[in-house]
This record gives sequence, structure tokens and C-alpha cells, in this order.
Amino acid sequence: MQMGNPLLNMSIFGLFVLITLFIVVRVATRSGKSAADFYAGGRSFDGRQNGIAIAGDYLSAASFLGIAGAVAVYGYDGLLYSIGFLVAWLVALLLVAEPLRNTGKYTMADVLSFRMQQRPVRTAAATSTLAVSFFYLLAQMAGAGGLVALLLGITDKTQQGFVIALVGVLMIVYVLVGGMKGTTWVQIIKAVLLIIGAGVICIMVMLHFGFNLSALLGEAVAKSPDGVKVIQPMLQYGKDPLSFVSLSIALMFGAAGLPHVLMRFYTVPTAKEARRSVSWAIGLIGAFYLFTLILGYGAAVFVGKDAILAAPGGVNAAAPALAFHLGGEVLLGVIAGVAFATILAVVAGLTITAAASFAHDIYNSVLKDGKATPEKEVRVARITAIVIGVISIIGGVAANGQNIAFLVSLAFAIAASANLPSILYSLYWRRFNTRGSVWSIYGGLISAVGLIAFSPVVSGLKTSMFPAFNIAWFPLTNPALISVPLGFFLGWLGTVTSKEFNAAKHAEMEVRSMTGAGAEKAIAH
Amino acid sequence: MSSTNEPPESVHPKPHSAPDGAPATDPGHGADPAAAISQAAIEGVHNSPEFAQLRTTFRRFAFPMTAVFVVWYFLFVLLSTYAHDFMSMPFIGNVNVGLAMGLGQFVTTFLITWLYVRHANRNIDPLAAQLRTDLEGGSSHANG
Repeated sequence: MQMGNPLLNMSIFGLFVLITLFIVVRVATRSGKSAADFYAGGRSFDGRQNGIAIAGDYLSAASFLGIAGAVAVYGYDGLLYSIGFLVAWLVALLLVAEPLRNTGKYTMADVLSFRMQQRPVRTAAATSTLAVSFFYLLAQMAGAGGLVALLLGITDKTQQGFVIALVGVLMIVYVLVGGMKGTTWVQIIKAVLLIIGAGVICIMVMLHFGFNLSALLGEAVAKSPDGVKVIQPMLQYGKDPLSFVSLSIALMFGAAGLPHVLMRFYTVPTAKEARRSVSWAIGLIGAFYLFTLILGYGAAVFVGKDAILAAPGGVNAAAPALAFHLGGEVLLGVIAGVAFATILAVVAGLTITAAASFAHDIYNSVLKDGKATPEKEVRVARITAIVIGVISIIGGVAANGQNIAFLVSLAFAIAASANLPSILYSLYWRRFNTRGSVWSIYGGLISAVGLIAFSPVVSGLKTSMFPAFNIAWFPLTNPALISVPLGFFLGWLGTVTSKEFNAAKHAEMEVRSMTGAGAEKAIAH
Repeated sequence: MSSTNEPPESVHPKPHSAPDGAPATDPGHGADPAAAISQAAIEGVHNSPEFAQLRTTFRRFAFPMTAVFVVWYFLFVLLSTYAHDFMSMPFIGNVNVGLAMGLGQFVTTFLITWLYVRHANRNIDPLAAQLRTDLEGGSSHANG
């Protein structure tokens, strides 16, 4: 089944690229060249702009196409999945965003190493930042391949690889030319398009049901081959509920540990604006997931489960197929363009985060003892962005066809196990120290990645990444149930077995994190 | 909450301009902003009753509220995974108990966001602004 007009889909996407490139170039010529400009957009965004950009950063193609598709095919379980992504933002709002903005400058490691020994903690934090960003990037790039198959009718792997490379090159251009400011504008434009696009289709669906959710659900039950099960839990996860519990732990504690999300809080001038950012992000992300619920059940009614599963993109085809059904080629073209734009905006945000962490934490703080000039550091960040772009193109081509949702959930699991325990401890536990931090980060990182390596996702089953052999002894498809408590436990154990405690730095961190005194302000141009 | 896609912050039509009109203390270009504040001043604030009050005002809201939404979320997840029949019971029309609880998660998330922002704007910001002004020697104006 080939839907729509590939040429039209591509043109709309091309238009998005042209408009955003134009804006990125304009922004670049007007902004400064300092480190704060490149990493944090001069801290000149207000809370609303940053909140929209956060939504643009967070609502990846996996959540747009994946969650709508999961609702269409599995009903209730798709909703269950999306709720974890939303509620997790309360952790960021209540516990992380404001103190992080007040104590750090550019990266997550700024906060984690504030009152610790710089070298070991920065190295650990940068390692975990790079790991999370790598898996997240891989998911997005591999997703681009699937999207091409779905929307442009390109099924040849070589041609898909070419499109993945194009996405990678565009992302490098956005980051190099626009820095954080340009990247942020790409995310803002994409978020607005995505939310309006999803909202319009939602309204078109609800018009058929007189805006009565119960009527939509009733029709979905009537049309679904699974009948009433489509509005009941465990149609998808029923065979392995404990894996879902584990996944929900990763979602809940992962969002506030994602380095590319944390870095966005440095683009606003004050903690108060960081708070506004999160409340805007929660409003937009929540509204969007409510839309995906309606999109999903709408697709179940108008397209049907069997037709969705038979489409080239499988589950991911639900939202585009619904758009085609309701609005023909043009609406499908818009949705296709938005989906591509989504991938671009997310990968650009990830690239700048990884590049900043390498240049600021590893290159400058660890290798150069913090003595490199900001100009030199930014130059290293730019080179790193190119390297990361090339690696992610190669990785994306290699991972093309892999399970995207799994790669994203792995990134969340690492963020929840390696990053969040250290962030919370260093902000709220007086006694926390270098050994606790290092043990917690490496322990969480190694256990999350290690348990996945020995899980049925990687080997042992026909659906595994390597079905040919079996080294799977860990039964769950997500490691968070074990690795998150382990991250917290190791943070405690490392701390209590070490006598180190820097009272002066602790007092300074607490005062600065709570009051915002001494925090970097916006740059006036 | 009638409107779900209205970001809760918008109920506070306060100005939010950045304090970027403070070039005298602009530390954005390489200088370490912490250097401007002495360790003695930090210790002074850290031991002051005002700071203790700020910390308590923040923690008394944030910590119990975190416990509430974490427990409420995992209650929903565990009931969904292990109490299938209960969650499948009809509630209103075709909306069953599970779906109602799921939609309830959206409502409580928006509600907690709104409550926290209101609490922070009313009770935390004034305390923090006062201490910040003291520490920065009043050279850069307080925001909010």
C-alpha cells in the first residue's frame, strides 16, 4: 500500500528545511560567538519559548508516530505508555529544573561536579551524557529510515541510507551555523507545526463523534478485531507485565535525567524562567499526548488495525494513514513533512548536547584543567559536532530497521539509572560526595547497558537483535527495575564509605541553587 | 481545570523580562560569577534563619508532592498491569475505570504544575530574591 504523493511529501519537507535554514542563518549573523552563545543561545530565550522548544526536543518521531500507532493497534496500553512520558516532567519541575539553572553553566556535569572533585565526576557525567545521547541519536536516525519507507515509498536500503545521511548533514549544518540559538528555533517551529498538525487531525476525528470521547471509544471497540480489549489494559504488555513496570520506572525517572533536556534549562536567564519553561512544556506535551490518544483510536476506527499493520511502516503508519484518510494527499504531505522536521529538530538538540559535554567537560575541564579559552573550547565543540554527525549517520544506517522504541527506552533507562540518582543526591543530600557520585553514575550506566545486553531484546528470541545465538539470562526487556535502585544504592554506598565532604562548597551550592545568586545572566547584544 | 492544553503558567500575567539590563555585573563572558560573592557572605546566608525558611518553604511543598505523584503514578501502572478486571470495569459510558484513571493522571499532572508554580511565585520567589539581592550587593536588580 503506497499512500499519498511522495513528491508532495518531499516538497513540504524541503520547504521546512529552507525556512528553518533561513532562520538559522539570520539568527547566526545576529548573535555573538561566545561559549554561552553557542551552548546556551546567550541565555536569551524566555520561559514560553524554551517550553515550546523543550516540547519540540522531547516529542520525537517515536512518540508522534509510535504512540499514536500503539493506541491504534493496542489501545489502552498505548495510553499507558504515553502517561509515563508526561508525569515524569513533574520530577523536572519540582526537583531539578530551577536548582540546575542556578548552579550550572552549560552541561549536566557542571551541577554534578560542583562540590566534588572535578576530574572523576566530570568524566563520569560526560560518559553517561554521551551514552544517553548516542542511543537516543541512533533511535532517531534509524527512525528516519523507517519514515522514508513509509512516506516516500523508498524501500531500498541504500536509498534509505542516502536519506539518513541527508538528515545527518542537515543536522550538522543547523548546529554549526546556528549553535543553540538556531537549534532552539528549529525546535520551536517544529513543535508548533507538530502540535497544530496533530490538533487539526484530532478535531477532524472528533467532529465525527460530536466531540464525545465515549462515542469514539465505542466505535473503536466495534471496529477492532480485539473488541472490548482495545479499551482494556494489557493487550500489548499482558504476556510480560513486569517488563512494563520496569519500563515505567525508566520513563518516570529518565526524563529529568536526559542531558539534552537538562541543557535546555541553560537557555533561559533565570530559575523563574526555567520554571515557566517546564510548565509550558508540561501543558504542551500533555495536550499532545491527549491528541495521540484520539489520533490512535481514530486510526483504529477509520483505517483499522489490519490495514495499519499491513502498511510499510507497520504500527508507525497509523497517524499518516489517518491523515491520508481524512485529508488526502495534502494533509498526509503536511504530516510527513512534520515527521521529518521532528527528526531533524531532535537530532540537532542531541548533537549540540553531546558536543558541549565533550568540549566543556572532557576537553576543557579534564584534559586542559579548565585552562582552555572559551574560543578554543567552542572550536572543539564544533569539530565534535561534525564527528558526532558522521558517527550517527554510520550508526543510523547500520541500525536501520532496528526497534526504535527499544533504543529510546534504553536511553531513558540509562538516564534514570546513571544520571538522576546523582542529580538528586548532589542537590538534596548534604553528605553526598565524589565516590558516591562516580559509583552511582558508572554503576547505573554499566548495569543498564549490561542487563540489556543479556536480555531477550538482544539475543535468544526470533524478534531479538541477534536471533542466531542466546546469551539472555535477564528476563525483562527493560533494565530500570534493577538498575535504577542500584544507581541510588551505589550512590549511598560510595558516599558512606568515603570520608570526603566539602562543607564550604556544599554551602555555596545550596545557597546558589536556592537563591540564584551568582548565576549567569542573559547576554545582551 | 477545564482547559487541558492551556499551560498553567499563563494564569500569572507577570512580566518575565530577563534582567539583561545589568551590563555592569554581566558575567557571561568567561568571568566566574561566583568569584564576585565571598565565601563569608555565602556562609552568612547559609546560616541565616531566612535561608532556613526558604529551604523549608521549598522542601515542605516539593518533597511530599513528589511522593504523591510518584505513588499515584505507580498505583495506576500496577493496577493496569496486575488488576485487569478492576481497571476494565465500566465507569462512564465506554470509559472504564482504567481509562478514567489514565485521564486522571493528565488532570493531576496539570494540577500539580499549577499548584507548584503558584506556590513558588508567591512563597519562594520573594524569599529567594531578597537573599540574592543581599548576596549580589544590590548591583543587579532582583527579578520577579
